[in-house]
Amino acid sequence: MSAVFKPDETFRNDFTFRNTPEAIKRFPMPFPEDKYMYSVNIEPHTPGAKGSVNEFAFDVDEHYVAECRERALVLDAEPLRFQALPHMMSAQWDCLELIMESLARDYPPHFSLTKQGNHWHWINRPLGLDQQFIFGDVDTLPQQPLDYICRQAQGDFVVMDQREGDLWTEAGVVTAQADWSLDFDVGMTFKEWHGPVPLAHEMHVFDRALKFLLNLRLGQPVRRLNWTMTVNPRLDTSPENYPHWGVDRSRVTLENAGDLAHLRVELQGLWRLPRSNGVLFGIRCYLISMRELVTVPKWGRRMHRVLKDLHPALVDYKGLTRYRDTVVEWLSAYDDGAPTSSGTAPE
Amino acid sequence: MNDAQTLAVEVKAIEQITPLIKHFTLAAVDGGDLPAFSGGSHIIVVMRGASRVHRNPYSLLSSPRQLSHYEIGVRRMEESRGGSHFMHDSVQVGSSLEIAHPVNLFGLDKIARKHVLIAGGVGITPFVAQLEDLHGGTVPYELHYSVRSPEHAAFLDTLRSREGDRVHMYYDSEGHSIDFEGLLSRQPLGTHVYVCGPAGLISRVTNTAKSCGWPNSHIHWEQFSAPPMGDAFEAFLARSQLTVHVPPDQSLMESIEAAGVEVPYLCRGGVCGFCQTRVLELDGELEHNDHFLSDADKAKGKSIMPCVSRAHGKRLVLDL
Repeated sequence: MSAVFKPDETFRNDFTFRNTPEAIKRFPMPFPEDKYMYSVNIEPHTPGAKGSVNEFAFDVDEHYVAECRERALVLDAEPLRFQALPHMMSAQWDCLELIMESLARDYPPHFSLTKQGNHWHWINRPLGLDQQFIFGDVDTLPQQPLDYICRQAQGDFVVMDQREGDLWTEAGVVTAQADWSLDFDVGMTFKEWHGPVPLAHEMHVFDRALKFLLNLRLGQPVRRLNWTMTVNPRLDTSPENYPHWGVDRSRVTLENAGDLAHLRVELQGLWRLPRSNGVLFGIRCYLISMRELVTVPKWGRRMHRVLKDLHPALVDYKGLTRYRDTVVEWLSAYDDGAPTSSGTAPE
Repeated sequence: MNDAQTLAVEVKAIEQITPLIKHFTLAAVDGGDLPAFSGGSHIIVVMRGASRVHRNPYSLLSSPRQLSHYEIGVRRMEESRGGSHFMHDSVQVGSSLEIAHPVNLFGLDKIARKHVLIAGGVGITPFVAQLEDLHGGTVPYELHYSVRSPEHAAFLDTLRSREGDRVHMYYDSEGHSIDFEGLLSRQPLGTHVYVCGPAGLISRVTNTAKSCGWPNSHIHWEQFSAPPMGDAFEAFLARSQLTVHVPPDQSLMESIEAAGVEVPYLCRGGVCGFCQTRVLELDGELEHNDHFLSDADKAKGKSIMPCVSRAHGKRLVLDL
C-alpha cells in the first residue's frame, strides 16, 4: 500500500473529501454490465490483484486517517452507534483479533502486533496509538474490544450470532451507513434485518444468502459488492441524522450534479469467527463523485445506462427518486452510445 | 471444502483410554498454533490409506483456549468401513494426517439461562470442549453422562476433578439409567438441552423434551452417521457425463470423489446439508440416511445427501 494519507479530508460541513487519480483507478466499480439487478455475486474473499481493494482482508487506503476521525466524531456524539449485547463479548474479541492480525500482516509499515501469551502489544502508527493489553480482559482496553478496533478500521462492522438456524444482528459499529440504524436493528434475525429490501425477498435472495452464511467456513471468508448513491461525500447518512442530510437530495441540479452526486459502493466481507462461532459482516464504503467517475470513459457510459434503466422499486429504495433524472441527464453528456466491454475494468 | 484447504498435522500422542476409544493429540506440522475454535466443533480427518481415502468427522475435545494442539477421541466401530480402523491400527505417533478447519454445527446457545448436556459413550467428546467454554462463566450447567460400564467412561477423571458434582454418571452395567422425564421436566425456563451419542439416546431425549413442552429451539443434538454400507449401485453424473460405481463399503460421495468430481461438503455425516445434490432421474429407490432432509423431502426423491445416502434400482442420475 503506497497511498499517502490525507488526514484533513472531511465528510461533513465543507466536504473536502476527494479521490486522487490513483484512488479512482482502484475504485470498486460494481456494474459488470450496462444494466443492474440483484444477483448472487458472492465470491471467495481471497487476495485480489496488487493494489486493488481486494488485495488484503481489510483495505487501508488514502482516506484511512480521515475516516477514522469521522468515525470518532460520530461515536462521541452518538455512543449508541456502537452496540454489543452481553453475550457477544467473545465475538468482540474474535473481531479484534481478526482485524489486528490482518492489518499487522498486510501493512507492516503502519501496524504491528506482538503477543506473549495473552499479553498483546498493538501499535497503530497512522493514528499514533500504542496499546498494551491482555487479550480477553476488557478492563485493559480504553473501550470494549469491538469499539476499540473499529475506531481503527474503515467501514462499518456488524457481528451476528448464530443460533436457532439463524443469524442475529447483535453487535456492531455503524457510522458510515446507507440509511439504516444498528440501534434500531440490534437483536433482529437475518430476514428481519433485511426486511425493507424490495424484490429480493420474492427472489428468495435472503433464503439462499442465509443458508450460505450459516455454513460459512472458518478461514474461507467471502465478499460481494453492493451500491447506492449519496449526495455529497457524506459517510454518515444515518436515519438518526436524516434531518441534516435528507434535504440534500433536493439540492441536486444539472449544474452541480457532477460534484454533488456520488456513487456509494459497499465492499461487503463476511468472516466466520473462531471462538464465538459468530459471523463478522464488514461493510466498507467507497465514495466517488460523478465528475471523478466519468474520468474513466467506460464507467461514465455504464453509469448513465444503469441509472437510466434502474428498476423503479430500486430507485425508490435507494433514495434516488428526487435526483435520479437530473444525474442521468448530467451523465448523458458522457455517453456517446459506444458499446462497453463486459466486466468492471476501466477498459 | 476440498483437500487443497486442509492443514497438515502430526500425531503427537496416542492413548488407549477405554477398551474402544483411542485419544489422539495432533499438532501443526509447522509447529505453529492451530486455528481457534468453539466448543462443539468438529474437524474432518483425511486418512490416505493404501487403497482409498477416508474422510471422517471427529469432534474436537481439547480446550478452545489452547491451540498448540487439537485432541480427538476415536471409537473403534464394529461395522467400520475402515476409517476408525485406520485410525486405530495404522496411525502411530509421528504419522502425518490432513485435517480441515474446524466447523461448529453443535454450538452452545449464547443466550441460554442454563445448559443441560447429555452424553452417551463417545458422544462425550464435543462436551469436553464445551465444558471448557462453560467453566468459570455465570450460566449454570450440568453433564449427564451414560456409558456401558465404568471402564468405558472416557475423560471422566478430568471432568470430575474440574466439574465436581456437575457431572452425573450412569452405568448400564450397574442398572443406572437417566430419568429423562424427571430431568427434563424440572428445568427452569430458558434451559437448553444438548445430546450427543447413539441414535436411541438422541431420540429419547428429543422426544421426551418435546413431550415436556420444550421448544425445538432449545433442543440440540449431534450425531454423525458413519456412511452405512449397502448394496452396490451405479450413479450417472449428468454434468460430468460420468458413470460412477459405488461398491458396498464406499459412500456415494467417496465414489464420486474417486472419479475426480468434487462435491462441496462440511460434515460428511448427513447433518449440515451442504452436499445436497439434485436427483435428475431415478428408476428405483433412494436410501436416505441423513438427518437434514425432512421426511416430506425424502419422500419426494428429488434430492440426496451423497455423504451418507445410497440408492437401489436401475438408474440414478445426479446433477453433478
